[in-house]
Amino acid sequence: MSDLDAFRAEVRGWLEANCPAEMREPIREEGDVCWGGRNWVFKNDAQKQWLEVCAAKGYTVPDWPKAYGGAGLTPEQTKIFKQEMKRIHARSPLDSFGIWMLGPALLQFGTEEQKVQYLNPIARGEIRWCQGYSEPGSGSDLVSLQTFGEDKGDHWVVNGSKIWTSYADQADWIFCLVRTDKANKYQGITFMLFDMASKGVTTKPILLISGNSPFCETFFDDVEVRKTQYVGEINRGWDVAKYLLGHEREMISGGGAGGDMVSIGGAFAKAFGKNAAGELDDPILRAEMAAFDVDVFAYRAMGERFMDMWKTGRAHPASSNMMKYVGTELNKRRHELVMSGGGSEALEWDSEETKGGARARGWLRTKANSIEGGTSEVMLNVIAKRILDLPGA
Amino acid sequence: MPLYHNDDQAMLKDSVAPFVAEQAPVSHLRKLRDSADATGFSRELWTQFTEMGLPGMLVPEAHGGLGMGHMEAGIVLEEIGRNLTPSPFLSTSVGAVAALAKAGGTQAGRWLPAIASGEAIIALAIDEGAKHRPDRIAATATRAGNGFRLDGKKSFVLHGHVADMSIVAAKTDGGITLFAVPRDAKGVTADPRRLVDSSFASHVTLDGVEVDADAVIGEVDAGGEILDALLAATRTGAAAEMVGVGQGAMDMTVTYLKERKQFGKLIGEFQGLQHRAAHLYGEMEVARATVMKAQQLLDEGNEGAKLMVSVAKAKAGRAANLAVREGVQMHGGIGMTDEYDIGLYMKRDRALAEYMGDVHYHIDQVARMNGY
Repeated sequence: MSDLDAFRAEVRGWLEANCPAEMREPIREEGDVCWGGRNWVFKNDAQKQWLEVCAAKGYTVPDWPKAYGGAGLTPEQTKIFKQEMKRIHARSPLDSFGIWMLGPALLQFGTEEQKVQYLNPIARGEIRWCQGYSEPGSGSDLVSLQTFGEDKGDHWVVNGSKIWTSYADQADWIFCLVRTDKANKYQGITFMLFDMASKGVTTKPILLISGNSPFCETFFDDVEVRKTQYVGEINRGWDVAKYLLGHEREMISGGGAGGDMVSIGGAFAKAFGKNAAGELDDPILRAEMAAFDVDVFAYRAMGERFMDMWKTGRAHPASSNMMKYVGTELNKRRHELVMSGGGSEALEWDSEETKGGARARGWLRTKANSIEGGTSEVMLNVIAKRILDLPGA
Repeated sequence: MPLYHNDDQAMLKDSVAPFVAEQAPVSHLRKLRDSADATGFSRELWTQFTEMGLPGMLVPEAHGGLGMGHMEAGIVLEEIGRNLTPSPFLSTSVGAVAALAKAGGTQAGRWLPAIASGEAIIALAIDEGAKHRPDRIAATATRAGNGFRLDGKKSFVLHGHVADMSIVAAKTDGGITLFAVPRDAKGVTADPRRLVDSSFASHVTLDGVEVDADAVIGEVDAGGEILDALLAATRTGAAAEMVGVGQGAMDMTVTYLKERKQFGKLIGEFQGLQHRAAHLYGEMEVARATVMKAQQLLDEGNEGAKLMVSVAKAKAGRAANLAVREGVQMHGGIGMTDEYDIGLYMKRDRALAEYMGDVHYHIDQVARMNGY
């Protein structure tokens, strides 16, 4: 048995022994996703237990070094770990912007002290982070951001506002892009870290077309931030932000972008039944779903290839933009088909039978997929410029 | 196994890519076409392929081949696609080898070494109408004397008029049986038709063709599995070749966008074209990954291969088709001329798209394999 086979056997055994049965059920509602943080209310004991055993083993962040709360797995081991999680349909023990975004930024740019201080609470699910990037006037053109930190010697005084801050009203800390030099567009931004409980921070949830409010407007009114609480160098926060945007697209590319990567036609055949020939009853819808399934299975192969190449430095550095573009457009298409397949039932907005209009709300939510984290149009611009090397792009 | 080429495969690509580009670029296809060649490929080039060991890549070592896999064959096919190289590689070295190696026995012993040594060209006589319907084979094989009598009509038989042997799928009492029918068998007529891409495909008539019992590839009535192996290999190979065709068309088009000026600008500066080119890039990358996944699953003997093969044929079909259509459109008027190569890519794509099941056939297969 090779080392990797032995590792797989070990992981399989550990998961079998430690993953509670409830944590192998599909995600049904928002509360099923564990975000952690100071104010987190566990949905049940199983969710709490699952987080704790994973955190103790380093499995909330399996590929982070052990010193920072991870399990120190290699890329090959991480792939196996994920395969084994998927095999038993295990839920992620912990989802968070700390794991996906701040962690990688600190691992790349943080000091040793910062890594120890911030990464361990992220890995244990103790501190929930949110991301302060977009502003009302700075969406795709993020670098035009105006939130300003005035230099007061040993601290900054931050004023301004952010928008589309995911779960800002529930987050403990924020990593935030703040302008610290008005004369220098790209080299005048600092990547700051501060407590959302600081004086002068307020949040206001934004009601979306889905009827939900996962995003907030976040206001900073004379917020004091100590001049030790930044990542990278002062005025070089854009480097960190760019790195993170790439990482965000990589993460989205790693599986999130295409949504649920299973056959849509198969699911509908189960739900709606088939005709005498054993085919989904609506031939045109069947054809569209089958064409979609081809793209889903194809994208799944692309995701595997992308991660294999990315983790070993073989991927084009801008290829995560392609993954994000293709995957998010695919997920939007899936939800259009889900709505068509569901017919008038899927239109119901708050009935018990539809779990509070889950399909309609989910469908509307996906429309943001190709806007957040870089619009599809920006992704295409980046591909044209950085990969195809087209002129003037 | 990671989904990228390992060092050996990268080395293979590094030797095959310049070889095909130098010996058989698009001008090679033009030369054959314009000299009214009647064979459909260059025998000299096939000899060069043989010197590199390519015809026997997939042939097991015991039969004189290299015992490589579909991932390796795909590397050769992608270069064939990129250069629009007319070649019997797909039918002979991929489809026929997959069937013979799966079946074993007399015919494998007879033909696999001959394929590896470059002596034998093999055709695949599967289709019977204008569309690929391998589940509705009507050609029959009836027991006669010590062997069988074959009757029926086959179509879209690439290289059928020059092949030393054709693998013929026919109905027998209890199922499908595959036969190795030599070119000189009495009662076989191959009527070659030149196709849109200048290749030759024959309408083959089997009129009371008598073959010995040992002409059976594998076992009588048990040809279904062997046919499946042949189809999976050929479809995956065609998909790999289409990735080459699409990539060749895309590269040519992106280059053109950086050279052609209108309104005082390089046309590649226009966002209307940039976004379409970038979208095409994504589709081609996804198609490539999909084809590699199908190759990998086939090489592993994984039961999921069948689904992925249909996904690959459909996805590569869609992506390459987009590449050639965008290619002609973005080239503008010059793209419509015979002199310029982009149109040749469109023609080859169309022929490959149809071969062994088009996009619609394989989308339908994907639905069936997923239970709807």
